[in-house]
Amino acid sequence: MNLLGLLVAVPLGFMVAALLLRGSGRWLILAAAPVMAGLALWLALLPPGTTLLVGNWDLPLGILLRADGVARLMVLAGALVIGAIGLHALVDPPGGKDGGAATAETFWPLLYLMWAGANAGFLTTDLFNLYVTLEMVSLAAVALAAMGSLAAALRYFMIAMLGSLAYLLGVALLVANYNTVDVTLLAQVARLDLATVMALGLMTAALLIKAALFPMHGWLPPAHAAAPAPASALLSAIAVKLGFVILLRLWFEAFPAITGSAALHVLGGLGAAAVIYGSIQAMRQDRLKPLVAYSTVAQVGYLFLAFPLVAGAVEPSSAWAGMTLHGVAHMLAKAAMFLAAGLMLKAAAGDRIADLGGLAQAMPLTVTAFGLAAVSLMGLPPSGGFTAKFLLLSAAIEQGAFLYAGVLVVGGLLAAVYLFRALSACFAPLAGAGPDTASRGPVTGGVKAVAPLALAGLAIVMGFAGTALVDVSAIEVPWATPTVIQPEVAP
Amino acid sequence: MMTFAPLLLVFLPLVAAAVSFALPERLSSWRNAANLGVAFTKLLVVAYLLNATEAGLVFEWRYEFLPDNDLVLRLDKLALLFVTLSVFLWLMTTIYAIAYFDRGPNLSRFFGFFNLCVLAATGVAMSGTAITFFLFYELLTLATWPLVAHKGDDKSLRAGRIYLSYTLAGSVAFLAGILWLQSLVGAIEFAAPPDLTGIPALTLTLIFILCIGGLGVKAAIFPLHGWLPEAMAAPAPVSALLHAVAVVKAGAFGIVRMIYDVYGIGTVADLGLGLPLAALASVTILYGSVRALMQTDLKKRLAYSTVSQVSYIILGASLIGPYAVIGGLVHLVHQGIMKITLFMCAGALANRMGIKAIADLDGAGRLMPVTMAAFSVGALGMIGLPPVAGFISKWYLGIGALQSDAAWVVAVLAGSSLLNAAYFLPLLYRAWLLPPPADRPAIRELATTRDRMLILPAAVTALVSLGAGIFASLPFSPLAWVTLIAEGGYLR
Repeated sequence: MNLLGLLVAVPLGFMVAALLLRGSGRWLILAAAPVMAGLALWLALLPPGTTLLVGNWDLPLGILLRADGVARLMVLAGALVIGAIGLHALVDPPGGKDGGAATAETFWPLLYLMWAGANAGFLTTDLFNLYVTLEMVSLAAVALAAMGSLAAALRYFMIAMLGSLAYLLGVALLVANYNTVDVTLLAQVARLDLATVMALGLMTAALLIKAALFPMHGWLPPAHAAAPAPASALLSAIAVKLGFVILLRLWFEAFPAITGSAALHVLGGLGAAAVIYGSIQAMRQDRLKPLVAYSTVAQVGYLFLAFPLVAGAVEPSSAWAGMTLHGVAHMLAKAAMFLAAGLMLKAAAGDRIADLGGLAQAMPLTVTAFGLAAVSLMGLPPSGGFTAKFLLLSAAIEQGAFLYAGVLVVGGLLAAVYLFRALSACFAPLAGAGPDTASRGPVTGGVKAVAPLALAGLAIVMGFAGTALVDVSAIEVPWATPTVIQPEVAP
Repeated sequence: MMTFAPLLLVFLPLVAAAVSFALPERLSSWRNAANLGVAFTKLLVVAYLLNATEAGLVFEWRYEFLPDNDLVLRLDKLALLFVTLSVFLWLMTTIYAIAYFDRGPNLSRFFGFFNLCVLAATGVAMSGTAITFFLFYELLTLATWPLVAHKGDDKSLRAGRIYLSYTLAGSVAFLAGILWLQSLVGAIEFAAPPDLTGIPALTLTLIFILCIGGLGVKAAIFPLHGWLPEAMAAPAPVSALLHAVAVVKAGAFGIVRMIYDVYGIGTVADLGLGLPLAALASVTILYGSVRALMQTDLKKRLAYSTVSQVSYIILGASLIGPYAVIGGLVHLVHQGIMKITLFMCAGALANRMGIKAIADLDGAGRLMPVTMAAFSVGALGMIGLPPVAGFISKWYLGIGALQSDAAWVVAVLAGSSLLNAAYFLPLLYRAWLLPPPADRPAIRELATTRDRMLILPAAVTALVSLGAGIFASLPFSPLAWVTLIAEGGYLR
């Protein structure tokens, strides 16, 4: 088994071990985090063209794992994010206020399950295999959401099931039509017929649900807001990204010849609407975690807003890099923000934004982590969020797509409005307890702030590594293969 | 040293910021020592660089931050003008801030962001490409917000909110302008202005409006100035820095770069963009002065005075003539030194005697003669009386206006000087000639070390603004340096 297989097998092994060890299984993360980070880093540095045929069967019977630029970046960012979330969960166990051992025991196997599923999903090119990974991640996500609110998790479960069925139906249609479900093979034989269009439509709808693109986002805010902080971080950073990556495989690798300009602009338009709608909803929240959850709805919008920009570019690699880096930057920044928000809410008087007063004094490191993550989410420099926005905005302006450019610009401002509202509240004096403010002192030791601070710091450092990251994202891009994306003219 | 000198100027305040953030409040003397030590070191580095740059060396550091987009820190003469100003005024403000806050709450945070703010201002000055400029320009916005909101009361938080909504909207317009231009001509280097031939005039005009509009927010051009008077809620050292060197100057400096190093004066003249900008600057000058006259609060009056004075720089830059450029650029320095004097004095008056309203100034000169003497020098300089530095600025601007066939500007300058006199002289009259109210206790102005640290920085900057006027013809005076800049390519 080579490295690509290990990236899937090792988390599964840890999952089994965590199930067997029960209560003390939490310590496994001390081994898992560095091992997985090492493997992911190795993956990122592999020479281009590395693949693995699972079971040594040739396509279309075997399953192809392949390390293209998107997979490398997503797996690496995923390893850093999940590792940091896991380490954070050691010092700040996800049991809620009751801190029940039962919830803690379920958390760890779910974390490893999601890890394995996400890695497999980022690496594989087989649409049926992708269905399996989608199910692994959805299962873990629903169970993680159930740690916070059973009602929200049930809702999530129903809609995730609906999505999975639609996706499976699409895969079945493709099998009947082409006798293969491998993305790279489909790209060579794809033709425009009713079955293909239906399959693509079904699968796209399913994946948009999983990725929570507006207007299919309804399940996300309650589920993400109610879950304990480490679970919310996993849901927002990892779970929604898988749907996005599979959509990339479908639209840009398997069927670039079929996905016409109009369809791309529908996705782009939905993305733009998501940015605006998610931001406005985030501005209207008066509790912290729903605010952060709606910010995810907005940020997912940018990923799809980028679709027509990639397809419309004469030289798509910079828009492609912008889209990929946005996904990576959002992973890092949103995970950091959820972890920080969890710590802040434990220290605050209540879960409203107005209750955050005095926290800038009481927990400066955590508020700093929140602030740095906010900088990246707003797309302000220097940060990964800015690098991504810079690339996307350049592409939009170059193509004369001023509507998308406008949304990119306005979305950043709206993000500043709602994120600075939360930050500003931290600077206010402690609500309703004037003289006590000074005597309060730091409420958390530095240790708990390490994980969110490290993740937010990475999101900022990304802003200085733009050139290297753009190079990685360009490894084995779809248009470098025989199938070429037809340049479309933007509106 | 050739490559790393600009990096060193960015790295030093980063060290001071890191130390300030890391040290707990009780180790305030260590923090103060670190801040002062770094500020002095930086001044020494700048002294070396001034010498080397005058001899013709250009220091440059370059890093490819995105494909085809370099981060460039470049110390040309114009950059060094702004760097020297900020490094000198930063040292003064650091001394002042240490005395002003003494042992207040949250000072580790304050000095941390204070240093980040100066880092950003130095970066803005040294930026060699448009994207580098934007990077530091935004960092400045972010680093200044916690300073404006420092007190954490409703008024400060409101001021912070207003500050952000203006500046973030402005920088978004600026970014859109830069990227639009970059999509046409590639990465924009200040040292090698882009070739704009063949681009439709309408496009160029729109991009110019986006960029100048975005930069104009920080430069507080009418009608984008609304945040500046609100930001008065910040503590005095912050106001001093904001008004003299950090924020408003970053905007004005950016406008100078846009006109001279991106578009080039030829293109600006061809497009007919200089005159409207000069007219807007003139409106701002008069409007700011009139609003200043209407204020009853000392700091608010000074704030509107800044709105007015910063537009002198923009006026000089947009008139496009050798003397006007010199007048505008030299005012960048002169206004900084004089305005920081005024703000440090205002802060000292409020800190020692609780004077905030103009009506309370009666007899202040008898109780705090050193402070009021420094204040008077600054005020007279703002009016433009020789031999204070402000006179030099206005003199060059006036001659420059005549050279550029814009005699109406002389009327603007005269009108503004009259208005300046109308809002500054009554302050001096009250302070020196009216008796103090009977219930005001007598104080000894320079009793303790802390008192001296609070008042002497203003005295030093007052002396420097006198010196910059009297010794304007000597080498290394602001005027001489600006003339050097103008000769080195601004007179094309």
